[in-house]
Formats: sequence, C-alpha cells, structure tokens
Amino acid sequence: MLELLELILTTSLWAAVVRIATPLIFATLGELICERAGVLNLGIEGIMTIGAMAGWLWVYQGGDLWGGVVFAAIVGMLFGFLHSILVVYLGLSQHVSGIGITMLASSISYYAYTMIIPFSTTPPKIVAFSAFEVPLLSSIPIIGGAFFNQTALTYLAYILVMVTFYVLYKMPLGLTIRMAGENPVANEAQGINVLLIRTGAVMVGSALMAIGGAFLTMSAFDAFYFGMINGRGWICVALVIFASWKPGKAFLGAILFALFEALQVRAQLIGADVIPYQIFSMMPYFLSIVAMMLVARRAAYPKALLVPFRQGDRI
Amino acid sequence: MRLKTRRNTPVWLIAVLPILSILVAFIFGAFFIIWAGESPITAYIALINGALGSSFAITESLTRAIPLIFTGLAAAVAFRAKFWNIGAEGQLYCGAMAATLVGTGMIDLPSIIMIPVLFIAGALAGCLILLLPVFLKTHMKVDEVVTTLLLNFIILLFVNMLLEGPWKDPMAMGWPQAARIIDNGVLPTIVAKSRLHFGIIIALVMSIIMWAILRFTVWGYEIRAVGYNQQASTFYGISINKSVLMVALFSGGLAGMAGVSEVTGLKGYLTLTLSPGFGYTGIAVAMLAQLHPIGVIISAIFLASIYVGADAMSRTVDIPNYIADILVAISLLSVLVGSMLARFRIVWGK
Amino acid sequence: MKKLQFSKICKNFGAVVANDNISLSLGEGEILSLLGENGAGKTTLMNILFGHYISDKGFIEVEGKRLTPGSTKASLDAGIGMVHQHFTLAENLTVLENIILGTEPLSRLWSKKKLAYKKLEALSKRFGLLINPDAKVADLTVGEKQRVEIIKALYRDASILILDEPTAVLTPQETIQLFKVLKEMVNAGLSIMFISHKLNEILEISDRIVVLRHGKLVGEVATKKANKELLAEMMVGHKVTRPAYEKLEIGKAVVELNNVCLNASDGTVGLSNINLKIHEKEIIGLAGVSGNGQFGLASILQGLTHPSSGEFKLFGQSLIKYDPRYLTKSGVARIPEDRSKEGVIGEMALWENFLGEELRSKAKSGFIIDKKKAVNNAEKLIQEYDIRCEGAFASTRLLSGGNIQKLILARSLSNNPRFIIANKPARGLDEGAISFVQHQIINAKTKGAGVLLISEDLDEIFELSDRIAVIFDGKLQGPFDASSLTINQVGLMMSGEMKEGSFNEA
Repeated sequence: MLELLELILTTSLWAAVVRIATPLIFATLGELICERAGVLNLGIEGIMTIGAMAGWLWVYQGGDLWGGVVFAAIVGMLFGFLHSILVVYLGLSQHVSGIGITMLASSISYYAYTMIIPFSTTPPKIVAFSAFEVPLLSSIPIIGGAFFNQTALTYLAYILVMVTFYVLYKMPLGLTIRMAGENPVANEAQGINVLLIRTGAVMVGSALMAIGGAFLTMSAFDAFYFGMINGRGWICVALVIFASWKPGKAFLGAILFALFEALQVRAQLIGADVIPYQIFSMMPYFLSIVAMMLVARRAAYPKALLVPFRQGDRI
Repeated sequence: MRLKTRRNTPVWLIAVLPILSILVAFIFGAFFIIWAGESPITAYIALINGALGSSFAITESLTRAIPLIFTGLAAAVAFRAKFWNIGAEGQLYCGAMAATLVGTGMIDLPSIIMIPVLFIAGALAGCLILLLPVFLKTHMKVDEVVTTLLLNFIILLFVNMLLEGPWKDPMAMGWPQAARIIDNGVLPTIVAKSRLHFGIIIALVMSIIMWAILRFTVWGYEIRAVGYNQQASTFYGISINKSVLMVALFSGGLAGMAGVSEVTGLKGYLTLTLSPGFGYTGIAVAMLAQLHPIGVIISAIFLASIYVGADAMSRTVDIPNYIADILVAISLLSVLVGSMLARFRIVWGK
Repeated sequence: MKKLQFSKICKNFGAVVANDNISLSLGEGEILSLLGENGAGKTTLMNILFGHYISDKGFIEVEGKRLTPGSTKASLDAGIGMVHQHFTLAENLTVLENIILGTEPLSRLWSKKKLAYKKLEALSKRFGLLINPDAKVADLTVGEKQRVEIIKALYRDASILILDEPTAVLTPQETIQLFKVLKEMVNAGLSIMFISHKLNEILEISDRIVVLRHGKLVGEVATKKANKELLAEMMVGHKVTRPAYEKLEIGKAVVELNNVCLNASDGTVGLSNINLKIHEKEIIGLAGVSGNGQFGLASILQGLTHPSSGEFKLFGQSLIKYDPRYLTKSGVARIPEDRSKEGVIGEMALWENFLGEELRSKAKSGFIIDKKKAVNNAEKLIQEYDIRCEGAFASTRLLSGGNIQKLILARSLSNNPRFIIANKPARGLDEGAISFVQHQIINAKTKGAGVLLISEDLDEIFELSDRIAVIFDGKLQGPFDASSLTINQVGLMMSGEMKEGSFNEA
C-alpha cells in the first residue's frame, strides 16, 4: 500500500499517465463534439485506426510529422462526412452507420497497410515526435516534469480542451451546436441550417478522433500494429458520458482513466506470478463499464441525441 | 431536400435490395483493387471461382456461412427490438468455452444426446454473459452498445488466460489451444471429403424457429412492438424489460451456439483465432437480410462466399484478403441507404 | 400601405390543396385573428411566411417590400417574429442562451452576453414580462416558458408578431395577463396576428377576424360585428351541432380513489390525497393546466403506475395488479393523451393495433396470435366506425389524426366498457371529428359507463360534464356539480385558488 502511494508521487508514473491519456483526450473531445450536436458516432474505433495508419503512412512515405497529423485529420474528416451523409442528411440509424464506418475504416486501414508492407514480421518504424520541455511549467514538483515534458501532440491536446470549452460556451457557434443537440427546431426557427451544423460538428469531431489515433503511431509508439486501438474508441464513448459532455471533465476523466491504466501496467509486473496478466489487462474495460454505471442514472444526455432532424418538422 | 413517406414498399424492392447492395459494394471495391495494382475483372473472377467454382469451394462457402447464420440471427433478433447487441463475438466465445468445459471429457454420452447438450450449454453461456448488459440497461439505464462491446475485449482476454493456463492442451506442442472435443461431441460432416458439417442443419432449424416466433407468437409481436415504439408498447401492457430480456436470451443464446458449432463442427478445439470477427460480420448479415430470419440464411451464404472467395483470390492475385472486409462493410452501408429508399422518397426543394 | 400583405398565396402538397389563392392583410397596430379548424391551412400559411415552405404562386409583402421566399433569415430580418405553439426551447440550457440563439453571427469570436442581459432587462420591464435570464428552461412553468418565447421574438426587434394557439396551455387568468401584454405591444407599435380556434378569446382580443376553411379564405369580419355562432358556422361551413347534454340517474361507483398519493418524479408533479368517486352514467370533467398531476392520475387509472399509497377501487374491488391488459379485460377503456405516439404503433398494421391491448387474452394456447379472428374484428370495426384507410393490413402511420382517434375509440368502446378514461380526446381534431368523439363518449355514458374526461378546454368540460373537478399541484378540488360553477371560478381553481367550501367533495 505504501508502495502504491510512493508510486503515485513519481514523475515517471505521471509522465506515463499523460502519454496514455493523450489519445483518449483527443478521441473523447471528438466524440463529445459529435454528441453535443446530437449525433452518436460509433465510427470512433475505426476512425482512430485509420488515423493511426494514415499518420504513420505519411511519414513512412517520406513526409514530415505535422503533415502526417494533418493528413490523418483529413482522412478522419472524410469518414465523418460519410457518417453525416448517412445519419444527418438521410436520417439513418446512427448505431448501424457508426458500426459500418468502424468496419469500413478499419478494413481499409489493414488493407492499405498490408499492400504497402506485405510481410509484416516486424512493423517498420518511423521517427516519431520527440518530447520537449515547457520552460517554467516543467519545474513544478512531480507533475511539472510529467505534464510539461511531452511531445507536441500532447500540448496540442491541452490546448484543444480549452479551445473546445471556449467554443462551446463562449461563442455563438458553440451555442448553435449545443442547441442542435438539445432542440434543433429552435435553430431552424432562427434560420440556422441544422444539417450543416451537425455535419460540421461530426467532421471536426472525427478529425480529432483521427489525430488521437495518429498519436499512437507518431508519438507513443512509432509503428502501426494490427489491433493497436484495442477498444480505446469504445472506452472514449463511455468517457464522454462519464464527463457529462463537458470538455474539462473529459480531460479529467481521461487522466483518471489513464492513471488506473498506468498503475495496472505496473501492478502486472509486481503480481505476475500470482495473478495472470490478462486480469490486469481487463481492468480498463471493467473500469469503463463501472464508470458508466456510476453516472448513467443522472446522465444529462443532450435531448436531441440520436434523433434525426428532418427539415420542415413540426414548427 | 425532404423525405416523403412512401405509401407502401414495393415487394420486389425488398427482395432485390441485398443483391443491389452487394453489387454496389463490388463496384466500390473495384477501386481498392485498382489501387493495389490489379485488374478488378481478374480479381472478381478469381473471387467468384474461389467461392463457387468447384464443389469443394461451395462446401467451403456453406461451412463458412454456418457461424454467420447464428450470429446473423442473433443480431437480427436483437436489432428488431432496437437492442444493440454488439457483443456477439464475446458471446460466441462463451459458447465455445461452455462446449469446451462440458465436451472435453467432463461427461460422455451418446452423440444424439451429447450434441444437443453441448449446444444448450453454449446457448446458456451466451445468454448468461449478456445478462449483465441487459441488467445494466433495464435497471440503470446504461446504454448496451458500449457495455456489450467492452465485454468482448474482456471475454477474449479471459479465453486467452484460460488457454495459456489451466486449459492449455499439453499435447498441442506449445500452441495455446484447449483439449479436443470428445468424439461423441463432434458434429459429423454431411458431405463427404468436405468440411461441411451438421451445424448447418442446426442453423437452418434455428432460422425457421426464430421466424416462426417472430411471425406467429405474442413474443414476436412484443419484440417488434418494443423496437418500434416503447411508449405505445407500455400502453398496451407490454413489459419493456421482459421483452428486452427475452430478446437478449435469444440473441445471446444464438451467438453462443455459433461458438459451439465452430468448436464441435469445424475446428474440434478452442483457440484464440476461433472467430475472425463472426460476431461483427453477423451484424452485416442481419442488416443485409433486413432483419428477416429466413433472409439471414441467404445473406450469410452471400457474405461467407465473399470471404472464402477472397481467401482463394489472394493466393492467385496480389490483393490483401482484407478486401472481403471492405466489401462487407460497404454492403452494410449500402443496404442501410437502400432500406431508407424503400421507405421514403427524396423530394427536392421546399 | 398595409404592414403585412399576403397576395394570392397558393400551395399544394401533391394532391392536397393546403392554401388556395389566399389574400389577406394586416394593418399597422392591428390585432388580426386567423381562425380555422385543424387542417384549414393556417399552419401552412405561417410556414410560408416564415420561410419553411415556398408558395407555388403568390407573394408576401412587408410594408410594401417583397419578402424573399424560403428564407427564415429574411423573414426574421423583415421584422416577423413567431411565438410557436410547441415551444422551441432547449430544456437543458438557460433562458438567456435560448433567447440569444441565432442573434449573433456565427463568425463572432465572443458572445456579447453583457449587452444581451441589458437588452433583456429593458424588454422585460417595457412589456411586463418578468423572467430570470439565468434560469434553466427545464425549471420554468408553462406560462413562464411562453413568456420566454415571446421575449425571443421581441429581442429580435420584431414589428410583426404571430402567435400560434398561445392560450392552449394557459389558465383563464394567465390568458388575461397575456392579453394585457398584447395590448401593450400594440401601443408600442407592433402588429399582431393571433391564430386560434377559441372563439371566445378571438372575440375578446382581436380587431378583425379572418376565417380559413379547407385552404380557402371564406370570410373576413370586423370583431364588433361578429358573434360565436357566426364564426363557428364560417369555420365549419354549416351549423355546428354539438351533442346535447343530458343528466342521467347515476349508478354505483365504478372507480373509487381513496387517499391516493403519488410521489413526484422526474419533473412530474406528484399527487396528494386524491379522493374521487366516479359513478355509472356520469361524466366527470377534470380541468387543470397541463403539468399539475393529470399525467400521474391518468397513469394510475390506466394501470400504468402504482400509487405510492392509498387505494384504487375498480368496480368495487381494490386493485392490486396494475396491468393495462387486466384493466382492459375488466372493462376499462383508455383513450391516451398522445394518440399517435402512445395510442398506436405506427409501423404496425391496423389489425395489429386493434389487437394491441388484448394481445395475450385473445391468443391461442396463450401464445399464438389468432390472426384470422383479429383481422375479421378489425375489418368489422373499420366499417362500423367509418375509418378512412386502405384496409386492415395498411400501415397505421398512414392514418390521419382523426382516424387514429377513431381506431382507438373503436377498439376501446366496442367492448361496452364500464369505465372510460379519456385524456384530451378531442385535441387537435377538426370539428367533424370533435363532434364524433363527443357523441361516442355521451353514448357510452348513456349505455352505463362512468367517464373521466381530462381536458384543457374549459368549453368542452362545461359542455359534457355532470360534475367538474379541478387539479392543481397534485391536489384535487371537487368534483362539484357543473351547474354550480362558472368558467371564471374554475379558472381561479386552476391557478390554485380554493373555492369556498370544502376540498374534495367526493
């Protein structure tokens, strides 16, 4: 027990926590934006996969790192656009469309990767982002060295949390997005095109999800592995609910979750003889289910979530 | 652009829809084949040949269809009630684990009893695991999509743990696999010199049973009602919770049977690679069949053929066999669009 | 020059003629009432005004300038503001957020909230519409929500205000309050269009009345020269007959509620100590503003909710099993509030919806559906009640509101029920359908049923009820003899004032 407390006070643990949390922050923010506008995006797992593959591919073919990030974001946007056509314009089942998009994006990722690297014994590496310190802030005891000695993408994640908060709550655009998820008819009564707003939100959200995936290949690891997303997308869907659709809480939720994950990895090493490692690996998924159980009853779902909007609806 | 409700859906449209969707998938798929530097015509001919070009190929396609019929039925029943059971993959493995537990030496009975026992055990395992998400939904309003999905990962890790630990077959030369199912538990092949086993008969029977239940019984009415309109269903006195529970039992049970079928009919033992995503593909199967239990049979055979054909094709043409997954995903999205066109007409302007 | 001018507006939806060559005008500082049944074309006309539809022919002018068709923004910029019948408010957001939505360009980087607060305060004071900008809409009463809707329109500097059925959800006292506000607005220079089907109110508030019927403008009259009978006839096209009220000798109690309480939940008001006896051959009208406990009471009587305490005696027996199917079998007819969402399953066929409540009781061996019998029964009832449809196998979602109500009445009343709970049965129906519904209810009473009629329409309650009860904040006043009450008294009780005399005279 004491060891655990000691562990929590080390920078290296928190550095791992931030690294684990970063893709979760991107993806949770992305899903949050979609759902605030009223659209459930179950394509998240597939979009993260293809974001990871696309980012890696860009660099592997000779491009620069930021180019890869942008490429991944664009690819994510395209799938977000596809999802929008199906569920926003045509009003189809958001559940089925999302699962279809996950299947499509994942299979295209694996197809493309296998084409380029036909014999994948050891996945080829790329030169990933390197970490750098933020002066002053990195001197804060324990957490300074962890939170402020990371790669550029992590800093981007911090910024995006604040930007998302600002846009949603301080800008008229954000109000319109929130209204699209609560009572889209109100938007229409003011002459705002709900379909455009929802599509835009889904595309931006999907771009963020893709960047979250790209972080895994371009920052955390430096190669693409089959199944590397490993359910993180679904975990983020749970995290959005846990965060009550609020950007700040999403950040905290991701950190909290990553903390458990980081501890679990270390616990594996300690308890390896007694408890099979698989039990530890199951923990993140169990945790997500528990997180959902804790908040489900009081969850303030955006009222128009999952409800397709048809123009000319009852005014 | 507005959607106008059609007064009635032309019957021919419903029947033709899945075929059209697959055609659309093949058209889009051609671009991916060109991307890989091959000719779509050559590739597709190789695919069709690989799936249906010989009697062996046909039996392979049918064999591949067996688990897809089960998981397709599982998805079809669940989705009818708008219960989004995405956990068929995990439920399949639960069924496989149950078959392994009971069928590798725990009991030995004549085949005619043993096989039904294994299937019932597998169905029960599939049901039981689904009870957790059902309970969470009915009593705590937790969305079932994420819970059923996350359970898949947990179950697979559990199987992994068993196969590396207490269930590791010492005679398997280091590969993580469980002991073989005893002879009396193995499903007989029904076509000589092929892998097509009795599981297909069981699958067909289950399709017919599910169809009959949905069409003729009060349970079928209630399941459909709950999927259409929960408020009115409650008004009619239908218990939403009981209906969801029933749907889950059917759905989980069918998915569990898929696992039993693979272990006792095809592979003979439990491994980690028992299911290359049958649970997820089942969703595509169900959607292509427009959630119709008999339609699931045809849809499963179609999709199974694509997988078998793609496997064969990837041996002669230089295309990753992931093309099959791409084709299936596009089919799923196409049929989704198609089913809307069957219900609505698009009207332009205001 | 008129403030607002509709010129020869025509709009068809396929074969349906929604607006047929309609020309009407609204003068400066005038209150014009637009009167018509449901389906007369009022909503279509307003949707065209607001840019949701484009007319096939004709045009609209605001102060002599052509209004750009099909653009809500253009209409808003031209000074047209609308107070919608179904509030376009987001429950989870604050009043301020709901009001400023759409008033700032989306490219703006900083929402100017301070200015908004100031403007809101000014408007609030000017027109006597008190609201709290930081309150969450979910916490507001219906009257307060309407105030927000009105301020929303005023905030956008509307000079023409359209109100669509504004008094449907208000008590008589709140209506008086609203009319004061409207008069104040006219003094401030606004012109108002008042859409309603409530003849009394139209006669009270408007300067001029325009009547629509089947898409055509059939009449225009100055309010001074109009009266109820004239308006009703113009609206319907012939003399209107509502069923004659007749008091019968009451029988034994079919329903008895003794000290029934229900805990409040999820934003719905609970019930406190409800005591009520409903007898054979009587109609008890339950008046009250929506959201004062009617939902809970109806839920209990329909067998959908268990009371938290107290006794519900049905046909003399204390009810233990709360199962809608059991109630239906015992002789209870339930006419739900939301007929298309709660009363039928749209995607199912008519015969399946006829079967609905009796699904299990009419099943063979308890689980196989007797399709033949069900279809026969459906076809019989379709004929008997003249339900316009394409047969028993047609999809129920294709039915009009009036025909859905006919289906519900047919299946509920054809079994000669002994207790009927009718929740807003005539809401949103045209005159013909309203008359049909009321006739059916009176017939049932004559045949011996006891009826609880829940309604927001005081005219309807007074026309049909033998006794009237009022519900407010989960508590019941009455039932009192209908002849002993005036509409004004009932209105006061609906706002919570107590009648002199005791509570709960069952």
